[in-house]
Amino acid sequence: MIPDTSLAERGLEIALITDAPLTFSRGQAVVHPSRESYFDTVAKFKGANYVTCSDLCAVDYLSAKTARPLPEGVRPERFEVVTSLLCLEKMRRIRIRVQVPESDLTIATLFSLYPGTENMEREVFDLFGITFVGHPDMTRILMPPDWEGHPLRKDYAVGRVPVQFRDAPGPR
Amino acid sequence: MSDEKMTASVVDNAAQHGSEGEVAFDLAARTGGTTEGLAPLELTPEVQQMIEEGGVLRLPEENDLDPRQSEVRFGAGETMIINLGPQHPSTHGVLRIMLELEGETVLRSKPIIGYLHTGMEKTAEELTYVQGTTNVTRMDYLSPISNELVFCLAVERLLEVEIPPRAIWIRMLMAELNRICSHVTWAATNGMDLASTTMMIFGFRERDLILSFFEKTAGLRMNTNYIRPGGVAADLPDGWEDDVEVMMDTIESRLNDYDELLTGQPIFRERTEGVGVLGPDLALALSATGPLLRASGVAYDIRRAEPYLAYDEVDFDVIVGSVGDTFDRYAVRMNEIRESIRIVRQVLERMPSGDYRVQDAKVTPPPRGRIDESMEALIHHFKLYTRGFEPPEGEVYVAVESPRGELGCYLVSDGSNKPYRMHMRAPSFVNLQSVPALLRGGLMADAIAVLSSVDPVLGEVDR
Repeated sequence: MIPDTSLAERGLEIALITDAPLTFSRGQAVVHPSRESYFDTVAKFKGANYVTCSDLCAVDYLSAKTARPLPEGVRPERFEVVTSLLCLEKMRRIRIRVQVPESDLTIATLFSLYPGTENMEREVFDLFGITFVGHPDMTRILMPPDWEGHPLRKDYAVGRVPVQFRDAPGPR
Repeated sequence: MSDEKMTASVVDNAAQHGSEGEVAFDLAARTGGTTEGLAPLELTPEVQQMIEEGGVLRLPEENDLDPRQSEVRFGAGETMIINLGPQHPSTHGVLRIMLELEGETVLRSKPIIGYLHTGMEKTAEELTYVQGTTNVTRMDYLSPISNELVFCLAVERLLEVEIPPRAIWIRMLMAELNRICSHVTWAATNGMDLASTTMMIFGFRERDLILSFFEKTAGLRMNTNYIRPGGVAADLPDGWEDDVEVMMDTIESRLNDYDELLTGQPIFRERTEGVGVLGPDLALALSATGPLLRASGVAYDIRRAEPYLAYDEVDFDVIVGSVGDTFDRYAVRMNEIRESIRIVRQVLERMPSGDYRVQDAKVTPPPRGRIDESMEALIHHFKLYTRGFEPPEGEVYVAVESPRGELGCYLVSDGSNKPYRMHMRAPSFVNLQSVPALLRGGLMADAIAVLSSVDPVLGEVDR
């Protein structure tokens, strides 16, 4: 989407902000910080004038047919939290992909940096079951509050339980 | 009453009610997970302020749902929580808002969504890329073209396919017609919320003009499924230039009627000026986009900021507001209709000739005539509709400016014929977070006007 900057220039620009591994996917810059340094990395980007967090979602890589290419030193885990930040001044986008292991489904919240992530993080919690530590209202948002399971996980089959109402005896 | 005076009184209200009736923020109880190995959580004063004064009421949504359970006690200095919706004409669908009221003043509020959630992101993982557009077009039912467009742009970026110029310009024409259509529909429903029934009739009348053109072009009025990976479904119908020209002239002259009916109307201005003010910093912090953000004075329009299609070749202005109140959001949308008409007229003049979809048998079906003559064409046709195509492994995020803001599509391919993951960054979903900040300190009666000015489409909010 931003053709006027060469990838090398863009790489240098990002290297000034963070030393996390950098890759390009179809010409779009992606950084891969560890889960521990995720919050600090985002804070650095915020300091570099990335004023708004445009998107936050997650991917469950349980049943992917091919191993996804990740830079050296980044171990693939089942879940990935993907955050897109936006710098309006120079019109730059950056995507941050963080590996979240199945054994410990927690990650720091970005609420204190970008309050606009509140609903997006609730959506990820609802549909994937990843807890954002420090989030002020970590509750389900799209599914009913008493729903069991996290629908966008790959081991959650499509159409297994057609309708689930409160108080109705369910098959599970 | 002047803008400044009105705004100041709203701010005073908020300050006055700031710390009353707070629900204790219990962090430990809300987050069940471990904090080991993660960055320590710090509640800086700014964060604390955001949590308390951001205006979001953080109560479980089951509370106060059953009227038999709530005790009606209301004395001086006490607050009351009431529900607006989920079935209320002003919520434009099924949106429920819990409002904390002190008398007539709204303190905190919480939009509760999910009543229309049908798991479209999950469905997308079960459909091939060719079928995918029929799914995404149903998300934002007022701007189906934008949804199809962003999905197709993401797929084409995964495939790294270049589409022919005529397809690009047809897409731009349809996207702008869709923007006009969506904004007049918004004007109609907004008018109805503010008790201007005439505006409702007018808005839907204009919308029908455009929907008829969609029907003529794509075969369907809504959920057109017109934009497909690799181009568009069909070429424009014969004589489309005349249709579009008449449509633009009609709508342009009727915009003047709107001005007479609403823009200069004292009651309308009283109800909208200085109501629900959103500052640019807060708007950016809350990730607001589209007319909501631009009304606050931030000139962020993706058509200008990172041009897709051929928006860098046409002339148009990005409309910004100055105050960020409900009236500004109205004015921004009305002027965006005029800008869209400008773009459509340029498209009319400069529409290139040629193919309306890329001639790549792996991505688009062969012309119907070829199927009768060529065995190969038949095989391609069959393969495309049964198996589809397989983009190489990778992931992209593509954003377009939908009538409601930044509509993004995050698409992950694992090399198979179905998206491994499709996430839609829905502008209505994100913009809805601004509602508590807009409502806080305002009057209950203004809540309707404010909510309407954010223009959420619940099909897109819940997906």
